[in-house]
Amino acid sequence: MTGRRVSLRAPAVVAVCALTMLAGRLAVAQEIYAGKFPQQSGEDLFRNICQGCHMPDAKGATGAGSYPALASNPRLAAAIYPITVVLHGQRAMPPFGESLDDQQVANVINYVRSHFGNHYKDQVTAEAVKARR
Amino acid sequence: MSAEAPTAPLNRRALFRMIGAAAGSAVMYQAMSELGYAGESGYSGPIRLEGDARGATVLILGAGLAGMCAAYELRKAGYQVQILEYNDRPGGRNWSLYGGDSYTELGGFTQKVQFAPGLYLNPGPWRIPHHHYALLDYCRRLHVQLEPFTQVNYAAFVHNPEGFGGKPRRYREVQADFNGHVAELLSKCVRQNALDQAVTREDREVLLEAMREWGALDRNYEYRQGLLSSERRGWLSDPGGGTTSLPTPSEPTALSDMLQAKLWRYIAFGHIYEFQSMIFQPVGGMGVIGRAFGRELEGVIRYNAKVTEIGQDERGVTVRYTDSRQGGTPQSASAQWCLCTIPASILGQIPLQVGAPLKNAIDALSYESAIKVGLQFKRRFWEQDESIYGGITFTDLPNALIGYPSTGYFSDGPGVLLGAYTFGANSFQISAMPPEERVRRTVEWGAQIHPQYSREFEHGVAVAWHRVPWTLGCAGHWTEELRAQHYDNLCAIDGRILLAGEHASRIPAWQEGALLSSLDAIRRLHQRVLASGGAA
Repeated sequence: MTGRRVSLRAPAVVAVCALTMLAGRLAVAQEIYAGKFPQQSGEDLFRNICQGCHMPDAKGATGAGSYPALASNPRLAAAIYPITVVLHGQRAMPPFGESLDDQQVANVINYVRSHFGNHYKDQVTAEAVKARR
Repeated sequence: MSAEAPTAPLNRRALFRMIGAAAGSAVMYQAMSELGYAGESGYSGPIRLEGDARGATVLILGAGLAGMCAAYELRKAGYQVQILEYNDRPGGRNWSLYGGDSYTELGGFTQKVQFAPGLYLNPGPWRIPHHHYALLDYCRRLHVQLEPFTQVNYAAFVHNPEGFGGKPRRYREVQADFNGHVAELLSKCVRQNALDQAVTREDREVLLEAMREWGALDRNYEYRQGLLSSERRGWLSDPGGGTTSLPTPSEPTALSDMLQAKLWRYIAFGHIYEFQSMIFQPVGGMGVIGRAFGRELEGVIRYNAKVTEIGQDERGVTVRYTDSRQGGTPQSASAQWCLCTIPASILGQIPLQVGAPLKNAIDALSYESAIKVGLQFKRRFWEQDESIYGGITFTDLPNALIGYPSTGYFSDGPGVLLGAYTFGANSFQISAMPPEERVRRTVEWGAQIHPQYSREFEHGVAVAWHRVPWTLGCAGHWTEELRAQHYDNLCAIDGRILLAGEHASRIPAWQEGALLSSLDAIRRLHQRVLASGGAA
């Protein structure tokens, strides 16, 4: 971690075929900037990103520190809160504004706000996301 | 000369594309330097903390390299030190997984490591550049035996599933062809007087000679199939002895094919400061260093201690902690000073009595995603079948690279590869999989480069750093803007508390950064203690 890197940064351009294979899609030869996610539906985005930390049941997890539960979370009531957190990050959570477009952000928030014991009826739109960038 | 140089437009365009390729890596390196990814180590020998600290007490949080280095040096200078550590072992991210180990990540996913004796995965750091002076000096002082780590291996592969029909190419071929074609193009420009404004008449001849040597060009300044180019890129059939001695030159890749396959991206990695020879690794795994520190500090470290609260007043610091395995009644530890090496990702969640500038700095750092997957195979086919001894294969597939072990060459029986080391979007997606799926996918990706994978694979372990319970990520993510706003505040002493670790350094994610941060912190702490009359 490396270093690395971190230090071992991915090159500026990667083949999208790698990503689409990961998402179980057909390999498409086109190039994108590193760090973009190919998934579009809210559920796919949740399964390929969010559950890495917030866990498959969205109930979070605790070690030396915690990942908060998204399940039954009253802080999701005002959609502006998850929009801001997803776009810009919060404390240890990385920002996803560069790696997801407005529609993807809206889709994943709508999915989480209507699953895992959350029953918020209002829909987040791509325009609402864009306004918070 | 005239600005209207008689250069064929096509050649000039091609040259600019080549320069663009090279400038890309230079720009990347510059950006890395600015973000502190390629900083030079400021170590100039063992720290000397002179003056009587009068037995002042320091509570250190975290038994990673930063915390243990501080304890080791402060104790030597007459301080009373104690460390609280969340894990049941010393080292933190300095960590190796061996056969028989069990690792449970967040979410309760447990992996039982079944590597053969002597084989290991370094989930965190795995290499020590020769200019990481502090870490190398501690290895020397702690009698940690080091061996060469191979970064660049000319026989390893570079691979793009979209280039050359997905067939991996040897690093040596790609480098030779890239250099050869660039040298030929540049020579052409010079000979057509296209660079007369940039190159003096005297330098012109030298440059041409240099291009010929550097690029393995023939006497007509062309890079073409023949003995010269094969001395760089390898032969179709090698020279031999006796009656079968005639070699067959290999055929260089056409310029356009090579550019379009984009494999040239990966030949720049070995040019980066951290990846230049020599590089070292501890014999037996990176975790040897943490264990060596741990032995020195026996009795000083309290393991399985989860810090739950950090408070201070004008006389000292009080830290509450519970048993990290069982929970139960909180206990407390007190000291006059506190050196906190807990990652900002965790520290930001712990009630901490400090001022807003430090608190804001802690909260400003997000933690990066990274994946490492170790794969054990029945035999070292990369050596036996492909003559790859150590080094790294790069690929555009999601596993990003394959790291071959820089030790145990030619041994019979199994070997462990680093099957994946991934950052960025791929890393998030792999982290989201259960560990056994990460391993399965990593085997599938690798099999596109080494078909032997499918037959020889035995066992794998996958560490996703966002799921590591005691870091919630691999390293703090600094940007230029964040550094300008928060870095000084993160490093400043707040009352009786100060921070150290890779996150409080300009060599983030490297062990050297953790050590230099720690040494700088205890130097400042010592000055503060002496100024306040020692223990008082």
